Amino acid sequence: MSSEKRKILVCCGTGCLANNSYNVYTKFLDRLKNTSIDVVPSVKSTGCNGLCEKGPVVKILPDEISYFKVKESDVDEIVEKNILNGEVVDRLLYFDTNEKKRIVSHKDASFYKHQNKIALRNIGEIDPQSIEDYKERGGYMALEKVLFSMTPEQIIKEIESSGLRGRGGAGFPTGNKWRTCFQFENNPKYVVCNGDEGDPGAFMDRSVMEGDPNTVIEGMIICAFAINSNRGFLYIRDEYQLARKNMQLAIESAMAHGYLGKNIMGSGFDFDLEIVRGGGAFVCGESSALMASIEGSVGEPRAKYIRSVEKGLWDQPTVLNNVETWANVPPIILNGADWFRNLGTEKNSGTKVFSLVGKVKNTGLVEIPMGTTLRELVFDIGGGIIKDRPFKAVQTGGPSGGCIPKEHLDVSMDFDSLNNIGSMMGSGGVIVMDDTTCMVELARYYMEFLAEESCGKCTTCREGISTMVKILNNITNGNGKMEDLDLLESLSGTIKDASLCGLGKTAPNPVMTTLKYFRDEYIDHIVNKKCSAGVCKNLTSYSIDKDTCIGCGLCAKKCPTGAISGTLKSPHEISHDTCIKCGTCFSVCPSGAVVIGGAANEN
Amino acid sequence: MVDSSIDLMESNEILKKYPPEKRFTLAILQDVQKQYGYVPRETMNLIAEYLSQPVSEIYSMATFYKALSLKAKGKYIIKVCNGTACHIRGSNALMDEVAEVLDIIPGETTSDGLFSIEIVNCLGACALAPVMVIDDKYYGGMTKEKVKSVIEEYRRAK
Repeated sequence: MSSEKRKILVCCGTGCLANNSYNVYTKFLDRLKNTSIDVVPSVKSTGCNGLCEKGPVVKILPDEISYFKVKESDVDEIVEKNILNGEVVDRLLYFDTNEKKRIVSHKDASFYKHQNKIALRNIGEIDPQSIEDYKERGGYMALEKVLFSMTPEQIIKEIESSGLRGRGGAGFPTGNKWRTCFQFENNPKYVVCNGDEGDPGAFMDRSVMEGDPNTVIEGMIICAFAINSNRGFLYIRDEYQLARKNMQLAIESAMAHGYLGKNIMGSGFDFDLEIVRGGGAFVCGESSALMASIEGSVGEPRAKYIRSVEKGLWDQPTVLNNVETWANVPPIILNGADWFRNLGTEKNSGTKVFSLVGKVKNTGLVEIPMGTTLRELVFDIGGGIIKDRPFKAVQTGGPSGGCIPKEHLDVSMDFDSLNNIGSMMGSGGVIVMDDTTCMVELARYYMEFLAEESCGKCTTCREGISTMVKILNNITNGNGKMEDLDLLESLSGTIKDASLCGLGKTAPNPVMTTLKYFRDEYIDHIVNKKCSAGVCKNLTSYSIDKDTCIGCGLCAKKCPTGAISGTLKSPHEISHDTCIKCGTCFSVCPSGAVVIGGAANEN
Repeated sequence: MVDSSIDLMESNEILKKYPPEKRFTLAILQDVQKQYGYVPRETMNLIAEYLSQPVSEIYSMATFYKALSLKAKGKYIIKVCNGTACHIRGSNALMDEVAEVLDIIPGETTSDGLFSIEIVNCLGACALAPVMVIDDKYYGGMTKEKVKSVIEEYRRAK
């Protein structure tokens, strides 16, 4: 390959930045400044590549060589060997745990090769702060197409026939939403982007806003043109600083290039877009709460007898879609509805981005056609469970989603199939859990989260959830009673039925699904006073199995309170008086000799 | 509680940046929070007057949104993530350790005004779980053992 078009892409998404990728980036710039290389490769900082755990990620184009966990001190070697002499630096290549070998191009790695990127198509490939980079990859061509060769009716028809459903949670058909809003002639109308990604464990929207902000802008302008709106708002979560910065820069350069503002591309169509910074309230991800927040009020949801497409922001017709949904719009316009429909399943077309996190080997963002099974996601793409421990469950759909046990590993990952087994898609967070995750404590964690984030408007949600937290606290502390389970179930029903917004209506899901699939674990906590995952401290004790212990002494060395005694090469013992149940011995033991017991065994 | 040390000049500067419209309430409050490290009572009066809103409305905003605080925060805010991914990878132990090292509980500020601890729900850096953030610097893959030395760095830098 000639070095003329060579590019060095350094990932500067939040994940890689946390691992000092910016220093790696500047080191490349410095190193290449003082070089005698004839044609200096261009060095670019890009958005998130997805495989955040292995960051910082550096890609060399057009050779398609990807390096992982690159440190500043590796820069010289990459330049000397790879850029100057065309040799690959083996030690920095990705080690594929499924294939058991090092892989030169990330595209051949198990984590990436099953993926099909639409919403994430540009991320990691372009400099998010450069509108030219976006245009080089077909950016703003969809906008040009709609402005000069499509009518609003044709645009809406195209989105309708694509079958695109809202990627923010409920999966409402996007085309329907646009059509309804289009039919109201009550101007002004607004277009809003929901970038208040609040589900813990999901970060695809952050990644899109940081890594490819122009695609969101382009999607929004297309909708605005279709429904005849001249003003839009991007509501971005308070915690997402880099996303706000890159979106702001993108808005400014889109203005400068004539894609926003007055008379867009000479078409006579006007559209202005501004960013609203969220205030750190989970409930503001709910559409009517989000709109109240933009209006300058507290983010309390309202009853939606009248939908926001008719009366939304300032009581005017409003289309609200989430970040990932907007990112799908330009490719659908360019490639056509049929192309999109061909991906995914019949009622769930296209791809979905999942954030695969928790106790899985490859954590990161994964975009796959809908209908891919959970098993493929966790084992083929995710590489299986960390340390090959047993798979226990995944949690999807954020705090108000549900837990899926191993019996359902072959479930198709789409809106409808997930609903059918009591969980939901939500924004696409997939949190993988192994045998060391306590399902009762997890349910308690989610309920505590929701109790804190409930806006307090509906009594059932405000009082009901906190009562459930109290009951769950009792169970995890060892004071649970069997009647508690019935009470949890009846409270769940009431909260579901009598709360106004999605937060309350779905809040009992974590408890309901864990009770359905992991009832034994609740009973173990209540009756046997035992937490077999070793998470609930009052219900856990550790002991060493004399036959399995190899007497290596590692546990005794690592124990913070010196509770473990024994001589080398003979079985060790734990003193329950000094043990603080931190679980260190359990995680360091190389022979699996540390056994978790219940509170009752403690004497 | 009236704090006479508050320089309202700075608040006036903030207000000048925004037209007197209700929709800028949150943005103004966030600028005030950034300027003073909290939302002082006096500034709420000023904002209410500027936006022609009742003070109670401004107060309800200041107490509803987590990004705003009525109490002064420390110079360094330590955000310990308790999103699901961090939670199942042991953020509780991390939180306990930070609280023990600083001898305060989450939500409080150390008596020297140097550190505050906040528990946050997901910073979107799940692949690095468990995560802690100090002044926009991310510390991924945190362990109990690393906490002391990280905090010491900031103590020395004060």
